[in-house]
Amino acid sequence: MRIISIIAAREFRRYYISPIAYAGAAIIFIILGGVFVMNIGFGLPTGSLRPDGRMVLQPLVIILMLVTPAFTMRLLAEEQQEGTLELLLTAPVRDWEVVLGKWLGSFGFLLVILAGTWIFPIIINRFTVPGIDQGALLSAYIGLVALVAALLAIGLFASSLFSNQPAAYLTAVGITLSLWVVGGMRAGSSAFSQAIAYLGILNHYYDNLYQGVIHLTDLIFFASLTALALFLASQVVESRRWR
Amino acid sequence: MIQVKNLSKSYGNFPALSEISFQAKRGEILGFLGPNGAGKTTTMRILTGYMPPTAGSAKVAGFDVVEESLEVRKRVGYLPETVPIYPELSAREYLRFMGSLRRVENLDDRIDEVLHKVGLQDRSESYAGNLSKGLRQRLGLAQALLHRPEVLILDEPTIGLDPAQIIGVRELIREVGTDRTVMLSTHILSEAQQICDRVLIIHQGRILAEDTPTNLQSQLAGAERIRVRTSSDSKSLAKLLGKLPDTEEIKLIEGGVEVSGPPGKDIRPIIARTIVEADLDLLELSASSVSLERIFLQLTEEQNAREDSE
Ligand SMILES: Nc1ncnc2c1ncn2[C@@H]1O[C@H](COP(=O)(O)OP(=O)(O)O)[C@@H](O)[C@H]1O
Ligand SMILES: [Mg+2]
Repeated sequence: MRIISIIAAREFRRYYISPIAYAGAAIIFIILGGVFVMNIGFGLPTGSLRPDGRMVLQPLVIILMLVTPAFTMRLLAEEQQEGTLELLLTAPVRDWEVVLGKWLGSFGFLLVILAGTWIFPIIINRFTVPGIDQGALLSAYIGLVALVAALLAIGLFASSLFSNQPAAYLTAVGITLSLWVVGGMRAGSSAFSQAIAYLGILNHYYDNLYQGVIHLTDLIFFASLTALALFLASQVVESRRWR
Repeated sequence: MIQVKNLSKSYGNFPALSEISFQAKRGEILGFLGPNGAGKTTTMRILTGYMPPTAGSAKVAGFDVVEESLEVRKRVGYLPETVPIYPELSAREYLRFMGSLRRVENLDDRIDEVLHKVGLQDRSESYAGNLSKGLRQRLGLAQALLHRPEVLILDEPTIGLDPAQIIGVRELIREVGTDRTVMLSTHILSEAQQICDRVLIIHQGRILAEDTPTNLQSQLAGAERIRVRTSSDSKSLAKLLGKLPDTEEIKLIEGGVEVSGPPGKDIRPIIARTIVEADLDLLELSASSVSLERIFLQLTEEQNAREDSE
């Protein structure tokens, strides 16, 4: 636990001096700000939009799918590229502690960003009567946190495969987008297409959590996906020793 | 402190190490001398627990490198071939990170101590990425020393440094080597001779020779090429020296010859005498430094000959 927290703290702090982290955060807040202003400026006055705390969450989900891999791509790839992984793995540190620590550090940073996006619902709530549905908002945010945990773990897994960061980024985006589109398979009726559709990462978000309904099954889905990706990442790190 | 038995490592089908065995005692500085691709880094990576061997066993500080890898790693300080630094951390932050992973007590005091030892006390706030190659090497060494390891493993610690930096790092290694076991690799013969108590010569994944630098030197004396220049022309000089029983391989060069003698024998005195007795003026008589390639060639030939006769 001590080692995990040391590694997590170091990764977390590293984001504050990382240009990519600032660029990613800028993308998130500029686009969400634009969407928000348009909605507030045109949607609400004409009555075509109801005051909803979640109005920026749909664009946020799309952005996160493209931006979190940029936050994770360097986590292991860079250490392999620079040879520092050799330093880390010859210290009395277990492979999975390195993986878990790095994931936790990135998760911490994304929590800060998600907390920042809460500003938009706060503003809406302030300026509308009777305000927004706080329950639905909370549930949607819980789902968002679970989704981000899984996206980061997938990104970290991709980063473990390469010493080249762009390759890690594209691989992570590829996996994430695949997990998104297979959700469309639920239009099919066979058991097979239903089984594949179960992997649809955004269905698990939009079906219930986004609607304000917290189903344990959805949270378990995200937790399992996270655990699996982290497990695979530490297997890959471990396999480097055996090659 | 280090016990290696029949250690082998293959990358795929390629055998990088073939059944090497050796030992290092407490307080010894052991040199690992070999050309590029000999298997030095591979051996060190196994000893530091970075990767396991394909076959054989190795113990460091009494612990098996595979079964008790974490115990080994606690007791070993390692400086990899490419010095692993985090460019965005200052020297002090870097050492604090490594020291906390390694549970070093009184870390801040200890960091000051090692920074002083490697001569980086004035650069403690510099970003590692801005340090020169020589200073990075020192920082890497500081990291390896931080947790007071019983065994220090240094992979080509002077590679890529300028001559002044090389001298500094060598002195440092000798100094820290007084109270712990040090294993260092190099492809420079004179470096191994200067720093080490004992030298292993490794080539193509096999240990060819193992001895003290002095013994190795005399054993390899014949590998030296002696350059002789006289007032006579090259051809007649070659003929003159060719009559001596101990001269092998005479090569004509501008204004003289180059000869080599049998292993273990210095033929310079006899050459000098012969030339003086022939009433020639001796203009030059020098041993060109032994090239490592020749040593390996010679040792491999000796080994092949031994294997053939067995
Ligand atoms: N990860 C690897 N995969 C495949 N071959 C390798 C790997 N690492 C080293 N080798 C090969 O093993 C041999 C020994 O390498 P190495 O231990 O690095 O030698 P040295 O450090 O003495 O230069 C070389 O021929 C090298 O090409
Ligand atoms: Mg090497």
